[in-house]
Amino acid sequence: MSTREIDRIEGTGIPVRGDNIDTDRIIPARFLKAITFDGLGDHVFEDDRAAMPGHPFSNPAYAGARILLVNENFGSGSSREHAPQALKRWGIDACVGESFAEIFRGNSLAIGLACVTAPRDVVGGLMTRVETAPATSLTLSVSDRVLDAAGERVAVTVEDQVRDALLAGTWDATGLLLDDFDVVRGVASRVPYVRGF
Amino acid sequence: MSRTLLQKVWDLHTVRRLPTGQTQLFIGLHLIHEVTTPKAFDMLRSRGIGVAFPERTFATTDHIIPTLDQARPFADPLAEAMLSALEGNCREFGIPLWNLDSERQGIVHVIGPELGLTQPGMTIACGDSHTSTHGALGAVAFGIGTSQVRDVLASQSLAMSPLKVRRISVDGELAAGVFAKDVVLEIIHRLGVKGGVGHAYEYGGSVVDGMSIDERLTVCNMSIEGGARVGYVNPDETTFDYLRGRPFAPEGEAFDRAVSWWRSMASDPGADYDDVVAIDGAEIEPRVTWGINPGQSVGVSQRIPAAGSNGGVAEALEFMGLAGGDPIRGTKIDVAFVGSCTNSRLSDLREAARIAKGQRVARHVKALVVPGSVAVRAAAEAEGLDQVFREAGFEWRGAGCSMCLAMNPDRLEGRQVCASSSNRNFKGRQGSPTGRTLLMSPAMVAAAALAGEVTDVRTVL
Ligand code: SF4
Repeated sequence: MSTREIDRIEGTGIPVRGDNIDTDRIIPARFLKAITFDGLGDHVFEDDRAAMPGHPFSNPAYAGARILLVNENFGSGSSREHAPQALKRWGIDACVGESFAEIFRGNSLAIGLACVTAPRDVVGGLMTRVETAPATSLTLSVSDRVLDAAGERVAVTVEDQVRDALLAGTWDATGLLLDDFDVVRGVASRVPYVRGF
Repeated sequence: MSRTLLQKVWDLHTVRRLPTGQTQLFIGLHLIHEVTTPKAFDMLRSRGIGVAFPERTFATTDHIIPTLDQARPFADPLAEAMLSALEGNCREFGIPLWNLDSERQGIVHVIGPELGLTQPGMTIACGDSHTSTHGALGAVAFGIGTSQVRDVLASQSLAMSPLKVRRISVDGELAAGVFAKDVVLEIIHRLGVKGGVGHAYEYGGSVVDGMSIDERLTVCNMSIEGGARVGYVNPDETTFDYLRGRPFAPEGEAFDRAVSWWRSMASDPGADYDDVVAIDGAEIEPRVTWGINPGQSVGVSQRIPAAGSNGGVAEALEFMGLAGGDPIRGTKIDVAFVGSCTNSRLSDLREAARIAKGQRVARHVKALVVPGSVAVRAAAEAEGLDQVFREAGFEWRGAGCSMCLAMNPDRLEGRQVCASSSNRNFKGRQGSPTGRTLLMSPAMVAAAALAGEVTDVRTVL
């Protein structure tokens, strides 16, 4: 169950402005009707893109971007892991935003997609910068908690637990959870409703 | 030391502290359905891992199933493939599945409580964000994604970060025509759609204490819409009475022992909360959403906020085609949907039927009633609710998620406006990318169906 350590993520950025962008918008439910995650990358933001011709995910200037810039409460709503899966399959390896919905953040971590936060003005500044110069190279360092935008360094917040999991390569938790299975059995045998009342 | 229910449950289920600082939490009950699981089982297979506690996982089918013609194979080959995958996986790993031919089939969050699987003091996980619903019985219930479904199958545990607890006390008394749905829409409106991030919501106060389990389920269901992954109500006599005699509840003396343990898991008087919010129930009106997230609602007598207001109002109004400053009452609807894990239980159908009885659905409105489970459907039919609905011009359907998220044949067309008892008014949620959703209580949906527009249910009680 080898996973890989994640620290530096380097590439161009793609800004998607707006608060409370929910997972139904990131990947509409009709694309969940499949038994794999394959091909989801082609449908990321599909309905938003259709409704908005200038959507960043339709803009060739952002093709190949690895770092997604977002505002507040990104990924709210449905628990569908298809949302971070679709982003990842499109090419995104990190999200920098003002805040993320909890399940989205957990799902992202579980597939090695780093979500880090920064204050509104910092995110806004980065968005403007990338909009003005889409080729701007961004480097996120998880260990240093820094985002470097072509030489301009800004601090980002990464929870200790997230940082440790990414750096140690334990973001895929299954191995860790099975490490000491006897302890799990021990807990099961002390929980009254499992043991039987 | 005084502890909250969340802390007690958390401590009891802690396996160990992981090297990452997260807690490995034992999951007492795992519920699965066809949408978020196929890939989880694939990952198990490719890693050569089995299901650790197959007897603690239960499966049903709800999201993709048609509510009209359920003959197999389904007309939609993708839906057929998903249900087939679930069937195959349950067979292979020894997990019980309540399929379409079962009396126990239904929306996962409806059947858990109904069967007595959901009990106080439990940890519950399900690959669905509305798993928070189960907190109504005093469980701590998490919505998870597919990789975490894999984790639970493999290890019956999850790597979790701790949660804060916000106590939300709703006191006073609700006016006639004001329901649990209105209470939770009010809470989300006040605290915001991200207000609950990092928190469990503990609901209490005289209004919540006085609620039935069905009503508490509605409130806890929408915790996630306020950003709180977990919502719960402390177990009390209402909870114990509800559970007595249910298929998976303990029996006889074991039930009494269970009750004393369940009682001990409730938050202690004087428990420490990270935050406390008080709401006067008497101030709550029937509520209606006008926007594209569940926090964007107003009382039915109020006006839609002006376009210049903060918080994405302009974007929402543009999508909804509504004018800021207009009253919400009188907004025309095309479709009325009573259903979803928020409001598809027997008591919800009774409230809607009470409004519909002897009336007619407006000619231009397509109206649907979709019971949350086969058992709800049967109970409703036993008291003639199906007749009431049919005579009023509502369609009476089979159990499932239906038009809540439209992964099945039930969906909006084009720009249709739907009065809906479900939980999400996101852009495109009900199947048409440009379709529009107005969330409200089942009684308000019924009233809107009859009038053909948003109506104050208090005027037709
Ligand atoms: S009814 Fe709607 S919200 Fe509830 S489980 Fe089904 S799709 Fe999800």
